[in-house]
Amino acid sequence: MVKQLSIFVQNRSGKLAASLSVLRDSGIDVRALTIADTPDFGILRLLVDDAAKAEAVLLDNGFLVQTTDVVVVPVLDERGGLASLLEPMAEAGVNIEYMYSLIARDAKDAFMVFRVTDNAAFLAMLKAKGLKHVEPAELGIR
Amino acid sequence: MDKYYQPEIETASVGDIRKIQLERLQEQVKHVYANVPYYREKMDKAGVKPEDIKELADIAKLPFNYKQDLRDTYPYGMFAVPLKDVVRLHASSGTTGKQVVAGYTRGDLDIWAECCARALTAAGCTDEDVVHVSYGYGLFTGGLGADGGAMKIGAVTVPVSSGNTKRQVNILKDFGSSILCCTPSYALHIAEVLHEMGYTKDDISLKAGVFGAEPWTNEMRLQIEELLGIKAYDIYGLTEIIGPGVAFECAEQTGMHVNEDHFLVEVIDPDTGEVLGEDVQGEIVFTCLTRKAFPLLRYRTRDIGVITRQKCSCGRTLIKMTKPRGRTDDMLIIRGVNVFPSQIETVLLEQGYMANYQIVVDRVDNFDTIEVQVEMTKELFSDTVRGIAERARELTEGLKSMLNINAKVTLLEPNTLPRSEGKAKRVIDKRKLHD
Repeated sequence: MVKQLSIFVQNRSGKLAASLSVLRDSGIDVRALTIADTPDFGILRLLVDDAAKAEAVLLDNGFLVQTTDVVVVPVLDERGGLASLLEPMAEAGVNIEYMYSLIARDAKDAFMVFRVTDNAAFLAMLKAKGLKHVEPAELGIR
Repeated sequence: MDKYYQPEIETASVGDIRKIQLERLQEQVKHVYANVPYYREKMDKAGVKPEDIKELADIAKLPFNYKQDLRDTYPYGMFAVPLKDVVRLHASSGTTGKQVVAGYTRGDLDIWAECCARALTAAGCTDEDVVHVSYGYGLFTGGLGADGGAMKIGAVTVPVSSGNTKRQVNILKDFGSSILCCTPSYALHIAEVLHEMGYTKDDISLKAGVFGAEPWTNEMRLQIEELLGIKAYDIYGLTEIIGPGVAFECAEQTGMHVNEDHFLVEVIDPDTGEVLGEDVQGEIVFTCLTRKAFPLLRYRTRDIGVITRQKCSCGRTLIKMTKPRGRTDDMLIIRGVNVFPSQIETVLLEQGYMANYQIVVDRVDNFDTIEVQVEMTKELFSDTVRGIAERARELTEGLKSMLNINAKVTLLEPNTLPRSEGKAKRVIDKRKLHD
């Protein structure tokens, strides 16, 4: 499983830039990013090369940040590639809170990042179907 | 069992207290009638003479004093002694209009220090304690009031005054301060900075705090006690009456004992002025029985509370007043419903937020709106929209059941609301701008 950072951001101009500037200034490399936005607030979700350091730096700078375990699964970059992964998940009753894609350097496959309600059930399902999930090291993530 | 500073007063029988009060009241009314033309005129108009005060209940014959009277007589019109007998002036912060100037004779300062010494003693202060005073020193009564009390006891006083919170934390740590005196919102801020600096309550030696000068809820007390590892005591007072120390909390923490040998307390109906007596909620009214320079009679505090003579486990017999439930002047009327900021604070703290919040009231198309802005906390934050929306929904419902009106809830990033070093400004009422 991979550690994802989630940052609480108010919907105000400059708020997103502020958090990313802090990461840049600490030499953190952002590998994947997605924003959930609502009319009142947003949640910035990040995969970075060093989650523990990034979390510490963000906390030091007064950001509200939380780490969550997410599962990264390679998806064949071809027609129907994602559907053939989502179908067995649905059958196994794995509920997806949210998901987003991740492009890794020099990789043939695309990756999907999954935040599900029950990681153990998801991993068991992947194993039963002979599907892989990616360890942090394979993404150059600590 | 609590220690007392003046057991002969603090544990006196009700009969003895009433006897002292009547003697002092008669004396005080004579003093004011003879020396304050403004009030003499008021008494004459009401058809009451000093001789008419034959028993304590006769106080109801005296006219009330309001903040407006103090503004009308600004600066010295209510003084009852010549300036040559005055040794100190204090002034109220003036956040709600023109400031009020209060004078003290040497004897008044002594009485005041005695009252604060009783409060500090009730919080466990002895001559072996180090008292860190973060109330502002100056015209504001907080700093010098607490200072005078600590001096009476013979404790070590650290007159830090307010501001520069990191330095405050270092001083608390290095000087081994055992008792903290400041506003409750500043106590929370100090706790916040303590933790930001990487320390915990184990790095400081505080055992108690004496907090006042602004309303705070019991939930806020629990938060302060937890974060600083102390027992937090309330202290009540106002510059018009003397400053902090008019009433103070004991270890039972169920209300504040009024120093009633110096300040006679009444609870009245704020609309009719009728005396309500004990165990009924109303506006708190004080009469200074011993203060000579600025002796207000029947001063309307605008604080809403209850007084009671129920037996206290601390052994003090002094009458108790509840924490003011609100003020008649910070009560908001939203769509015809009375709303006290303290009610909102209660809901926020119950649901795990910190006491960093702001209430914004406005009127849009002739319809009152109320928005509660509060900072999100690490514990309540979730990486899912559903999780945060759920927190917001719980808060909206909690406010609705407490206030009986719908309030908009806005969750903010940490450290976005201004921190106060003195009295916190919680309410922004934009409606006033349109009047």
